[in-house]
Amino acid sequence: MPKEILTSWGRVLRVEHVVASLANRFDSLPNLASDSQTCLPYGNGRSYGDSCLNVGGVSLKTRALDRFISFDPSSGRLCCEAGVMLSEILRLIVPQGWFLPVTPGTRFVTVGGAIANDVHGKNHHVTGTFGCHVARIELLRSDGQRLICSDTVNADYFAATVGGLGLTGLITWAEIQLHRIANPWVDAETIRYESLDEFFDLCAESDRDYEYTVSWVDCAGKGERLGRGLLMRGNHAPAGTVLGKYSPKTIIFPFAPSVSMINSLTLKAFNTAYYHKQLQKKNRQIQHYEPFFYPLDGILEWNRMYGSNGFYQYQCVIPSQCGKEAISDLLKEIAQSGMGSFLAVLKVCGNIQSPGMLSFPLPGVSLALDFPNRGEELHQLFSRLDSIVNSAGGRLYPAKDGRMSGELFRSGYPRWQEFANYIDPRFSSSFWRRVMEGT
Amino acid sequence: MRKILIIGATSAIAEATARIWAQRGDHLFLVARNMEKLEAIADDLRVRGCPKVNSYCMDANDFDAHVPMLDAAECVLNGVDTVLIAHGTLSDQAACQLSVELTMREIRTNALSVIALLTHIANRFEQQKDGTIAVISSVAGDRGRQSNYVYGSAKAMVTTYTSGLRQRLFKSGVSVVTIKPGFVDTPMTANFKKGMLWVSPSKIAVITVRACDSKNGEFYVPFFWYLILSLIKTIPEIIFKRIKI
Repeated sequence: MPKEILTSWGRVLRVEHVVASLANRFDSLPNLASDSQTCLPYGNGRSYGDSCLNVGGVSLKTRALDRFISFDPSSGRLCCEAGVMLSEILRLIVPQGWFLPVTPGTRFVTVGGAIANDVHGKNHHVTGTFGCHVARIELLRSDGQRLICSDTVNADYFAATVGGLGLTGLITWAEIQLHRIANPWVDAETIRYESLDEFFDLCAESDRDYEYTVSWVDCAGKGERLGRGLLMRGNHAPAGTVLGKYSPKTIIFPFAPSVSMINSLTLKAFNTAYYHKQLQKKNRQIQHYEPFFYPLDGILEWNRMYGSNGFYQYQCVIPSQCGKEAISDLLKEIAQSGMGSFLAVLKVCGNIQSPGMLSFPLPGVSLALDFPNRGEELHQLFSRLDSIVNSAGGRLYPAKDGRMSGELFRSGYPRWQEFANYIDPRFSSSFWRRVMEGT
Repeated sequence: MRKILIIGATSAIAEATARIWAQRGDHLFLVARNMEKLEAIADDLRVRGCPKVNSYCMDANDFDAHVPMLDAAECVLNGVDTVLIAHGTLSDQAACQLSVELTMREIRTNALSVIALLTHIANRFEQQKDGTIAVISSVAGDRGRQSNYVYGSAKAMVTTYTSGLRQRLFKSGVSVVTIKPGFVDTPMTANFKKGMLWVSPSKIAVITVRACDSKNGEFYVPFFWYLILSLIKTIPEIIFKRIKI
């Protein structure tokens, strides 16, 4: 099998892997070299840390599993191979009046990746995670078994595979239930808030009437400016909305500079400008779904802006009862450090339970932030953040993680031992070996 | 709306090309050896909007099966105006050097079966005085190299044959398109280490569709292969035999 250097979205690890490409869903898994060699599916490489990498093992590239199997435009039931990207699904379904039930902040992820990380989106408070809308999957195990899994058939394997980080076997295809829309437009509103208190009040009010809510928070704001930001909320525009014109533009970030373009100076300047981008408190517009859901997809390879050392993302979720306090503590620590990036997202998650054993969201509030990789100094900040998250009963998101300790993972995901029973003996990942160290 | 016959429809280049045609609303008749894979592709093309797609199981090396297949395509599509021949195998050069049987089989798959098909198709299209015949050849056919001259010589035969056929059919209004891809990232080349010169099958597909629409002759895909091969072809044998490319 050939070798290829693989990386994840954070670009901190760039390691040569033995790669095997699957050409179609009927193929069997490749023969592994020895009894100890393991494999791991690799979709579009959009998880941030090491959960999509398998250093020393085989990487099963799934992008060629990109066929649709069936689509019923009257019921919105779509079945496709696991390497199909959400962008390809949108291109097919939006003109036919359907939308993804749940979408993360990028459309360049595969269906298999969306299930394996049980991704969530701006509508978590009303629809839950991606896994809540998966009707069936086929799971190919290393012993050659093909298990059809749903919440009624092989329900235990289904629960392990949704959010299972690709460790339970290869998802070859999936059937998902789509969401009806009248047109590609979103009726969107942006509201400036000055404090975390205001943010939580706004969310409580918005979550009733708005399908989508998310907010940008100024992570450089200290003192009076702590916890200020912009709340974005929206609904799919109703039929009969007067349509504007939308012409998609994409540019590409051409190369990774040797140092990060984000530092404490550029961060402060950008955040202040962005916070004041609208003069009025509230701004309403009809927006195409692409810029509303995927503002960063317009800049291909934007992860290069953090320079050749790459970056980490820190995403935690804090249960409701401690939410406000813990987020305030986290933001204080981050603002104090001067590290971070303008890409900082605050989102209130709802209480819809995902079927997944290792699913990330909890009823509470989630904070996600990028950090250019500055070595030791950054890892010290992360440890301080970890202790805030841990004592508030929160947890970190494996899809974004490249450094959390095994203890933090295990205390955040109490079902990890139950999950481990369903791991395919020939599947493993760098992430999993890291968080299982010492067990 | 075109009525298109695709032979070797499970090849990555053919599949990518079929997707473009499917989205345009063309009618497709897919031919390949493996019915399971073929049906999966047909289903995908239907979802992508293909109004009419049929599958047909045939091994191109079974020459007797060619005429019944062509008859079936004409019947199902109510006439054929475009043919894409895309089947082939990447020969294992080292193994071929040790086996006459394997070498002959590779030549049969990559050259003779294509020529057998083209013989029938050319006569039919010449009679109907219309149509486009596209064939996937390869830059490997431009000059024999020690690393893959069995595959290369088979593709050379296809390139030369289609060149002559293009001249013959020009006066009948039939166009013959020869596509010469360089390195393409497909299951056929899964075991190669990929570099700068590699392209995706969808890139080849875009050019193939455009070439069929504009009814033009021979295409290096991407274009830089024309420059590379022009250079390689100028190297005199006395030097060429000593170098390793």
